[in-house]
Parts: sequence; C-alpha cells; structure tokens
Amino acid sequence: MSQRSTLSRLTPYMFIAPAGLVMILALFYPISYMIWGSFRSWDPSQSLSETDFIGLANYAKLLVDPAFHESFWVTIIFAFTVVSVEMVLGVGLALLLDRNIRGMSVLRTLFILPMMIAPVVVGLVWRYMFHQTYGTFNRFLEAVGLPSVNWLGQNPLLSVILADIWQWTPFIFILSLAALQSLPKSALEAARIDGATGWQQIIYIKLPLMMPVLIVTMLLRLIDAFKVLEVILVLTGGGPGLSTEILALRIARTAREFRELGEAAAMSNLLLMLLMVLTLGMFAITRWQEVRARRQKYAPQEEG
Amino acid sequence: MADTTYQRQNPAYYVLIGVLIFMSVGPVVLLLANSLKLDVDITSGTGGLLFMPTIRNYETALCDILWYEPEHVRFCTIRFGGAFINSLIIALVSTALTLIFGCMAAYALVRFRFMGRDSLSLSTLAVRMIPPAVLLVPVFGLWNNAFCLDNDRFLGGLIRETFGGRGDVCLAGTHSGIILIYVAMNLPFVIWILQSFIAQVPRSLEEAARVDGAGPFQVFFMVVLPLIKPGLAAASIFTFRIAWNEYLLASALADRDTMTVPILIVNNSSEFDGLGAIMATGMLLAIPPILFTLFASKQIITGMTAGAVKG
Repeated sequence: MSQRSTLSRLTPYMFIAPAGLVMILALFYPISYMIWGSFRSWDPSQSLSETDFIGLANYAKLLVDPAFHESFWVTIIFAFTVVSVEMVLGVGLALLLDRNIRGMSVLRTLFILPMMIAPVVVGLVWRYMFHQTYGTFNRFLEAVGLPSVNWLGQNPLLSVILADIWQWTPFIFILSLAALQSLPKSALEAARIDGATGWQQIIYIKLPLMMPVLIVTMLLRLIDAFKVLEVILVLTGGGPGLSTEILALRIARTAREFRELGEAAAMSNLLLMLLMVLTLGMFAITRWQEVRARRQKYAPQEEG
Repeated sequence: MADTTYQRQNPAYYVLIGVLIFMSVGPVVLLLANSLKLDVDITSGTGGLLFMPTIRNYETALCDILWYEPEHVRFCTIRFGGAFINSLIIALVSTALTLIFGCMAAYALVRFRFMGRDSLSLSTLAVRMIPPAVLLVPVFGLWNNAFCLDNDRFLGGLIRETFGGRGDVCLAGTHSGIILIYVAMNLPFVIWILQSFIAQVPRSLEEAARVDGAGPFQVFFMVVLPLIKPGLAAASIFTFRIAWNEYLLASALADRDTMTVPILIVNNSSEFDGLGAIMATGMLLAIPPILFTLFASKQIITGMTAGAVKG
C-alpha cells in the first residue's frame, strides 16, 4: 500500500521530468551561465572558468557606447511603430470584415501565409521588391510617373517596418476577428434595438468588450517584435550605418564579429530584462482581468 | 446549405477582400515567378507574369542531388540537397521530441496537484518570451566548451572510436546539438497551448479507465492523447515551423556538414549573380509551410487563438 502511494506521488514528476530536464539543461542553465558571463571578460576561445571577473565593466561600457544607444533606440522605435500600425490596421480590418462574407475563409487561410514562411525568405523577397532599379515598388512608381525611391539606402527603417507590417498584421487581424465573433450577441442586439449607429456600437460596445483580448494580443506581438532578426538581417544587414541594427542583430554581431562575448552577454541581459518587464505586465493584466471577471460573475448572486 | 446564411454585401467588401488577398499572396507569387525566370529577365523586368518558365534555377540549387549534370552549372555552389536533409532531420526530430515531452508536462500541470506546480507553470509561461538572440551567447559557449566530453574519458573515447575524428566530442556541429536547443526553445509554447486542450478532456473518461485498471501512463497514452489530436496538430505545425525556419542559433552551432537551408540562403543571398537560383532555394524552403497553410489552416488558426482568446 505504502509503495503504491509513493509511486502515485511520484507520477506527476515522472511526467514532468523529460521536459523539465531539457529545459533546465538547454534553457535555464544557459541563461544563468550568460548572466554569470556578463560580469566577466570573456573571449570565444576561453571557457568561462578561465576568464577574469570584471564586475560591472561590461555594463558600464554599454552605457557610454553610442552604437549601443543607437541600436537600443532603433529597437524601441521599430517595435512600437510596428505594433501600433499593425494594431490599427488589424483591428480596423477585423471590424470592417466581421460579416458573413463569401471568401472570408479563403482570406483567412491565405492571410496566414506571410507568417508561416521563413523570415529569411521574406527578407529575400522584400529585398527584391525594394531594389533601386528593378524592384517592384520602384517599377510601379515609374510606371505611374513618380520619381523612384531609394528604399533600402535612404529609408531603411521604413522599409524594414513595411515588411514587418506585411508579415504580422494578419496575426492581429485573425486574433481580433476571433475575439469579435465570440462577443455576446445579446449586448450587440440590445444596442441595435436602442438605435446605436455603427460607430457607436464599435466605440461603446465592441472595442471595450474586445479589450482583454486586444491587450494580450498587443503584448504578445510586442514581445515578438523584439525577436525579429532574420528579416532585417537579409534586407539591410543592419545598415546602412547602424540605422536598422536592432538589439538582437547587435548581440549577434558583437558575439561573432567583434568576439566580445562578455559585452554581448550584458546586452542580452538588458534585452531579457526589458522583455521580462513586458511579460510581467501581461501576467498582471490577465490576472487582473480574471479577478474582475470573477467578481462580475458572482456579484449579482451575492446581492440576491 | 451553409451558403444560404451568407448575407448580401456591398461589392466594395469583395473588392477589399480581393485586394487583401492580393497583398498577402503577391510577394509569394513574385518569389515563385522569379524562381522560374532567368537572371536577365528578373533584372530587366520584361514580361511580368507572362514569360517562358525555366527550371534552370532549380537545377542550379539542387545540383548536388541531381542524377544528371546540368550543362549550365559549372561549379556546384548551392548544395541544397544536403542542407535540405539536415533541415528535415532537425525539424522532424525536434518536433517529435517537443510534442512528446510537451504533452506529458502539460498533462501533469493540468491534472495533478503537486509541490511546485504553480511556480513551474508560471516559469514555463515566462520563458516563452526569451528571444533566440539572447540564447546565442550562452549556447555558443556551452555547446562548444562545457557540454563536451573529453575524448580520453570513457564515453567520449567510445563515441570518438565509433564515429571517428579528433579532439573532444562536442554538441556544437552535430544535429543533436541543434535539436536540443530547438526542443528547449519550443517546449514552453507547446506546453502552454496543450494545457488548454487537455483541460477540456472530461475527467470521467480518465477515471473510468483507471477503474478498469489502467496505470497513469496507460491513461495518458490510450485515453488522453487521442482526444487532444487537434491540439497536437496545431502544436506540431508551430513547432515544425520554428525549427524549419530558424536561422540564428543554427548558424552559430552548425558546421559545413550540418548546415540547414536558412543558413544556406543567408550565406548565398549577398551575391549579386544567381538571383534566380537563390529565389528557387527560397521557394523550396517555403514549400512545406505553404502546404501547411493550405491544408491545415483551421488547426493553425485554432492554435493561434487558443492562447490569446480563451486565456
């Protein structure tokens, strides 16, 4: 009997063990290794135990490094521009197309395509489309009679942002459409009977009811926007100059071209902390929403 | 029958839908069209979509596995065949491992109460946000140094004797090294997605099986797994996609023999000649995701909305 009860107490750990082992070995240990390494003068040829402890020197170097500052701001501008434009476009399209239209399922299927294709390939196609002489956009501009634009040379950040908007607006669109279609029909019907116009329905009923999903969607997308790397790498390689060198790209270059593993680790650490704040924000918001939803659900019963 | 429920709409909506479809598919069609053109035609831009398709670019890309030697290929620079097999091994094995480990862990997190459950569930969610770039430095360091077996110790010596080579046995440069990091990277997401599917499986079914004398592992594999097939499909597509498309970590870990297709594309994309050939390589890399999109879009959408909308 006692043998059986120890066995059943161990069962959950047996289910967790494989996943837990892999994650400890290849996720948690590397992260702590990196945090430890960010305080050391670290060269790719050394193992970490051979390196010298230099305290906060790596971080101090980053604080006064203009290149790091620039790529930090490029990252922030890129992430926030991309997310706000995609939110407006995605939610707007979802509100506009939330009807029983034939062809909607085709649209939804084909809309996923940009997200599924390798970022490397997306970069490849967009680099062709942005090309100065034979690119699709400039050829179109010429055909219409407008002067051609030096996309990747003079407006690199804009070009990168455009490509990302193409790739990820569908994500917001599909999530907000799902949210719209799961709204309680009764609230909308009541509003229609009370004579609310289309705009009033959107502003006073649909958007507030969608808000929980929209906030989570936005934070998910924001976290992902900090991960973008391959599209930019293929499109501009971070250049010209440092104009599109987002943090992820700078980390990769610091580690592999400049061979400054300690500095790269410190940079990774800062990026990680930034994302941690965003994730904690997402947790706090979802937890708060759950609490509020529960209170709303039980409130009438307590009164009655 | 379902057709009767469609509402009649302003034609403008159909125009808008058409434009949106064109915008999302356009670049992909462009890729396909360019991969079938000669380099001269790509850069001169004559013909648009009306042109004589050629498979020359695909011959150039696939030169290492073709059974004949295309006359226009002088030197085989893009070795797509080998990279494709590497990509396939890495993506398939890591997807399979992630799914098996992930659904076991998700099941434990949903169904059992045990010490440390809440903190485990929370930390799984938290690590979802780690970008591959953050893992680059530690993975590069660990896989090359700390996770190596000395070749004079027993196990390392055994592996060296079996597979040959000199120096220590390291994870870097092997398929298993790349697979390990992909499994770890995808596990949090898979656990997160599958939790919501497992929570929907009625408990009574599991209890009935247990009354009939099934052990916990039997209950899991015979009762629960068949019921969460849609969740497994969604999770496997997402995992496969990430493992198939990932560039950064693979490029840090792979060597000449374990190179995957995205690395091949990035390495060759800076050359100005061979535009068509690189487009063909890109098209070949994009084929599996395109097939998934066309045949499993429902599962993909379920997977995407499961987390955010249902909470």
